[in-house]
Amino acid sequence: MADLTSEFLGIRSPNPFWLASAPPTDKAYNVNRAFEAGWGGAVWKTLGEDPPIVNVNGPRYSALHSNDRRVIGFNNIELITDRPLQTNLDEIRQVKRDWPDRALVVSVMLPMNEETWAKYVPMIEDTGADAFELNFGCPHGMSERGMGAAVGQVPEYIQMATEWCKKVATIPVIVKLTPNVTNIVPPAKAAKDGGADAVSLINTVNSIMRVNYDTLTMYPTTDGMGTHGGYCGEAVKPIALNMVAEISRTAETSDIPISGIGGISDWRDAVDFLALGASNVQICTAAMVYGFKIIDDLTDGLSSFLDDKGMQSVYELVGKAVPSVTDWQYLNLNHVEKAHIDQDLCIECGRCHIVCEDTSHQAIMNSRNGERHFEVIDDECVGCNLCASVCPVDSCITMRPVTDGIDARTGKPIVTEKANWTTHPNNPMRKDG
Amino acid sequence: MAKTSSDIRCNRLNKAEIDRNFGDLHPPLARSEALIEADRCYFCYDAPCTTACPTGIDIPGFIQKIRSNNTHGSAHTILRENIMGGMCARVCPTEVLCEEACVRNSHEDKPVEIGLLQRYATDRIFEHGKQLFARAADSGKKVAVVGSGPAGLSCAHRLAMLGHDVIVLNRDRKPGGLNEYGIAAYKTVDDFAQREVDYILSIGGIDVVNDVELGVNFTLAELREKYDAVFLGIGLGSVNELGVDNEDLPGVKNAIDYIADLRQADDMSALPVGRNIVVVGGGMTAIDIAVQSKRLGAERVDIVYRRGPEQMGASDFEQNLAQTNGVTIHHWAVPVGLMADAGGTITIELGKTGLDTDGKLNVSSDTFFLEADIVFKAIGQKLADEKLGSELKGLQLEHGKIVVDESQATSIAGVWAGGDCVVGGDDLTVSAVQHGKIAAIAMDRRLRT
Repeated sequence: MADLTSEFLGIRSPNPFWLASAPPTDKAYNVNRAFEAGWGGAVWKTLGEDPPIVNVNGPRYSALHSNDRRVIGFNNIELITDRPLQTNLDEIRQVKRDWPDRALVVSVMLPMNEETWAKYVPMIEDTGADAFELNFGCPHGMSERGMGAAVGQVPEYIQMATEWCKKVATIPVIVKLTPNVTNIVPPAKAAKDGGADAVSLINTVNSIMRVNYDTLTMYPTTDGMGTHGGYCGEAVKPIALNMVAEISRTAETSDIPISGIGGISDWRDAVDFLALGASNVQICTAAMVYGFKIIDDLTDGLSSFLDDKGMQSVYELVGKAVPSVTDWQYLNLNHVEKAHIDQDLCIECGRCHIVCEDTSHQAIMNSRNGERHFEVIDDECVGCNLCASVCPVDSCITMRPVTDGIDARTGKPIVTEKANWTTHPNNPMRKDG
Repeated sequence: MAKTSSDIRCNRLNKAEIDRNFGDLHPPLARSEALIEADRCYFCYDAPCTTACPTGIDIPGFIQKIRSNNTHGSAHTILRENIMGGMCARVCPTEVLCEEACVRNSHEDKPVEIGLLQRYATDRIFEHGKQLFARAADSGKKVAVVGSGPAGLSCAHRLAMLGHDVIVLNRDRKPGGLNEYGIAAYKTVDDFAQREVDYILSIGGIDVVNDVELGVNFTLAELREKYDAVFLGIGLGSVNELGVDNEDLPGVKNAIDYIADLRQADDMSALPVGRNIVVVGGGMTAIDIAVQSKRLGAERVDIVYRRGPEQMGASDFEQNLAQTNGVTIHHWAVPVGLMADAGGTITIELGKTGLDTDGKLNVSSDTFFLEADIVFKAIGQKLADEKLGSELKGLQLEHGKIVVDESQATSIAGVWAGGDCVVGGDDLTVSAVQHGKIAAIAMDRRLRT
């Protein structure tokens, strides 16, 4: 069995799965239950100044559902902890004492002045917590007050607040980033420049779930009025993966450890984050949808996967896929693939045909000798993968590289040497080859 | 102890048992079930299910509208092709039509439950009575439709939509034809047949005259003179004979007559039910009478069919339904004799059948006997009877049915026909609806030129 033990910034945990700072980690009761279930660590729900903030007394959550009510995406307008600071500190101290083998990180969000950070950081560190996570990510409510995402969207502020925290903290500092930016690299670099030991991402994405079709107001509302929230759950995973990969593959940020967050629901999602450069992962929505028991599949599935790959530990997986991520301009334009339909597996639904016909390259026939039959027309196929993406049968449509001969579509011979946009004749900015 | 007199009586089961036995055979889908089932539809290109539907309903289209909670739109998609989409959702042998064609059979052997989804979409319209169709401007033409079954009402509704006035001449006390009188009660509960008729007529422009019969109260010649066009949807009015002696014994009955009585009964427990019943035939009617007899409390029900299970007109589902209801099916046997004792108990002598080298059915001298209080004949119906005789004279017939072209036109100008009475009629509601629709469209074209 592969070793799932994780060490992130020197913080050991029995597995790389931490509960993210969120409602599931609001108090000792929940965190104790999570640790009993087997979670490797938890990031305590964000602490702020006393007196605590207040929450609305109506809907805090809403969901994007499939027709069988599976939760695809989740929206929330809950703020940071609404309990007195001392209550949280007492509980954190006790939980860490009771669970010394688990990672216990405390999320904090404080106003943009150094004195406040100097006042609260030592108090929190005194609980015995393993690290800080600076919440520069919450996109709703707190950002209106100049905190959360309002900080995370301005690299200079990130650096400034990180520096204030690092000045007084003796335990590691993780900076949690907001995805509500156009480029994630400058905020990550600012965190690093401010002395952060790691970054965690993503926090939630600005969102409005939908409209109420009866009242034609946004949904949900608090007494008829609503506000945007933060979107999370499996729907946001691809956004998160891109941001993690960008930080991992950019020279100036590639050395900062990453705690990956965003839509992780099962062990495969964790593999995605780890392979794209995260050293551990944090999870919230899946637990909020199914409860803490999901940890069984997360650990079990990851362990089996590592065994199958012949890997002894999680670390062998971390960053494995990063070298495969590059800019579009470096993709090999001489590489040719064609879709192929396995006629034994084909159920003749014809979706490949109609999507190719209506929206792509008219490269799939719908009949042969007057019979219903779906087959790729190599003369037209650009290898776009749309048909394979919409095919309801696993492995029925596959993309096959054309390695020699002539590309039936272009009439040009297949060449083995690589060539990309930087040297392409159509590129006015091309470098001479 | 030998039985000395036939045992036919009422109240074999109490009302609660009857209610349970005659509840919905396929309970409707709840909203959550419908949404999940709708999600299983792949929205196929040129969907095989649509091709398999005799009325050509855009099945993926209506299912997608269920998925988006556009139930009215979904019902409209169904009813614009098949105004009896509600009944067809209940009675179509979907396992040999749309659901057999579903591509999900290819890789998981479990088609989308198209019939139940169709019922889900249409039930809501009938509940609300929302009118989905408008009539075109008055054409000034009037068409006579003979028969108020699926073919006749489908034709009438389409004609009304197209702007023509229609008179429907109905033989029975209530309109609906076999939907009202001929389908097993557990397939169409809560008086659905009449609710559907009411919905169809609510478009306006259709007058129904009940209790009038072609050849008795009016003639085809009169209709041709009085109206701009005529549609014959007269079904098959008389029952085929077994062709054995003593067929007129009191205990030998027509299955369709009993089914009609059953459908019209206010209290089914008051129907006389035999203790032992033999049904002769292999179609839907045979299954309907056998299963319903069993559910009314008959102790032993046997079906006798002259060929094997593959040749039965009843679908696999129907055959299974009979068997799971405790009906015994005897294949490869035909009645060769009927006898009754003094008490009325019938002994039916059955000859074993087989196929000769030419594939023709032969009856061997090897026989066996079944005892029955009632023998039901369910070996099919035919068009001709004495009353109709002179009316059919001018029409080209083939195997006793009316010959029509692809527009359902008969050999007489201005007369169209459809449903079971025409060559190609196949005892399916859905096919009859299509015939009526095609005829109406053809009539409209003719009336406007």
